[in-house]
Amino acid sequence: MPELLQFAFSGLTVGAVYALVALGFTLIYNASDVVNFAQGEFVMLGGMITVFLHLAGLPLPIAAVAAILITVLVGLALYAFAIDLARGSGAVQIIIITIGASIFLRGVAQVIFDKRFHALPAWFGSEPIRLGGAAILPQSLVVLAGAALIVALIFLMIDRTILGRAILATATNRLAARLVGIPVRRIVALSFALSAAIGAIAGLLVTPITLTSYDVGTLMALKGFAAAMLGGMGSAPGAIVGGVLLGLAESFGAGLISSKYKDAIAFLIILFTLFVRPQGLFGKRSTERV
Amino acid sequence: MERLLRNRWALVLALALVLAALPLVFPSNYYFRVAALVNIFALAAIGLNLLMGYAGQVSLGHAGFMGIGAYAVAIGASRFGLNGAVAMLAGAAIAGLLAFLVGRPILRLKGHYLAVATLGLGLLISMTLTNEAGWTGGPDGMAVPRLELFGLRLRGPDTWYMISAGALVLGVILALNLIESPTGRAMRAIHDSEIAARVVGVDVAAYKLKIFVISAIYASIAGSLMAFLNGHITPDGTAGFLRSVELVTMVVLGGLGSVLGAIVGAAMLVILPQALTIFHEYEHLLLGLIIMASMILLPRGVIPSLLARLRGGGA
Repeated sequence: MPELLQFAFSGLTVGAVYALVALGFTLIYNASDVVNFAQGEFVMLGGMITVFLHLAGLPLPIAAVAAILITVLVGLALYAFAIDLARGSGAVQIIIITIGASIFLRGVAQVIFDKRFHALPAWFGSEPIRLGGAAILPQSLVVLAGAALIVALIFLMIDRTILGRAILATATNRLAARLVGIPVRRIVALSFALSAAIGAIAGLLVTPITLTSYDVGTLMALKGFAAAMLGGMGSAPGAIVGGVLLGLAESFGAGLISSKYKDAIAFLIILFTLFVRPQGLFGKRSTERV
Repeated sequence: MERLLRNRWALVLALALVLAALPLVFPSNYYFRVAALVNIFALAAIGLNLLMGYAGQVSLGHAGFMGIGAYAVAIGASRFGLNGAVAMLAGAAIAGLLAFLVGRPILRLKGHYLAVATLGLGLLISMTLTNEAGWTGGPDGMAVPRLELFGLRLRGPDTWYMISAGALVLGVILALNLIESPTGRAMRAIHDSEIAARVVGVDVAAYKLKIFVISAIYASIAGSLMAFLNGHITPDGTAGFLRSVELVTMVVLGGLGSVLGAIVGAAMLVILPQALTIFHEYEHLLLGLIIMASMILLPRGVIPSLLARLRGGGA
């Protein structure tokens, strides 16, 4: 029993991070139909920039805020110098561009930083909390609380503010949104900035547990993409549920079946889900108009 | 010029002539090696282009099939004592069978869902190659025994350049024939409108599956050739996600639906990074920039852009 509880805790922690990455995917996808494979690189940048600014002597909170701001600038640059220039290209071309961007960012991180693993100190110490025979790191609770807070803020913003309404309108119908005077390109740029910030925060939160290095982004992006897909592309609640489910499945799979194939379990689940329910758990079945 | 590009036998002849003439100007074995790599990736890209450019289905995991071909010759020769050529055919059969088995459910998916499913398939293959270290040597890879044919040990980049050039010409002929066949017409119909194709009686699912299997076999043969050329293979180098991305980029960069384009795309993406190896530290940075720049500047691909210009200028 304690093992199962342990698996559930670690699954929830990782799942919360996947959920954040998937939410970032969904924000950009809804605003622009772009599947942004560089999403994982935002997570990497959040962690790595904080580590190196801290090493350079900045206090941790300032380093963290600076890391988020720099990552947001990277997200905006990605939109302005790549995605926006390729407007009107096909979906495959855009996917390749974002994958190219992720390879590029990884290359930059490798040159500016280094190829080693780095850790950040845990926020509230690393003395595990005992609960029902299982041990939870205080940082896991920070990750869960942080993720919940971000999700709540994003949902509130979309639901309550005029800016959120504009994002929703853009997601629903870009042409109609432009016709009623919404600056669609600025909204898309905003979605890149927002999801860069979400990614960077996810990186900050999880680095004390999982460590970070220049190449953690790829697998993170693939799993975030898979989680968004599992929940149903374009559905924000779906992204959260998909992320958490994926984290849990990985954790239980690694614990009960095989830790070697931990990463494989995630993709087996995705393949199986897509075979049974091609539109994802929360996606609407689409019909093609002739 | 345009007629020449459109005439398939002229294309095959020109390609064979260029491939035969190139050794005359190659100053060293290094050039043979790079050119052999171009041939090999061109072969895989032609197969993928049949799927992407003609049947309109994307695959972000095609390097997985290259991995199967590469490890088939390595494991077949070292563990089962098979002749390399037999092992290569066995690899192609395995890749084709796997594509046949997973193809039907995967190809029902569309757009981004298809992308993530093929991506997952490729990752599962490369993870299996990484994890089954007892068979594959794990992440460090394994050595590939030299191929022996008719008592000759085939080694050296010049030999493998010749063999890969032959395979490429054969692959081009087969692809061009396929495109001109009823299957090719059905594929183009599916690409333009799946529903319209279905309405006029094209068995869409069966044709998609057929092309998926064919493209997997192309990739597997290319993987086997790469294993023989390099003499040592790793999961990342043959089946990794980056390899899959490179293959897709080659196809789009050269031009979707253009056999010549796949060759041009492969040549560009193999030769450019080679030319930039002096900046070793900046390898990933430059590769990312090349991929992004080529998609932003030439979204329609080199060959279709060239054809459009010729048509415009000639009129």
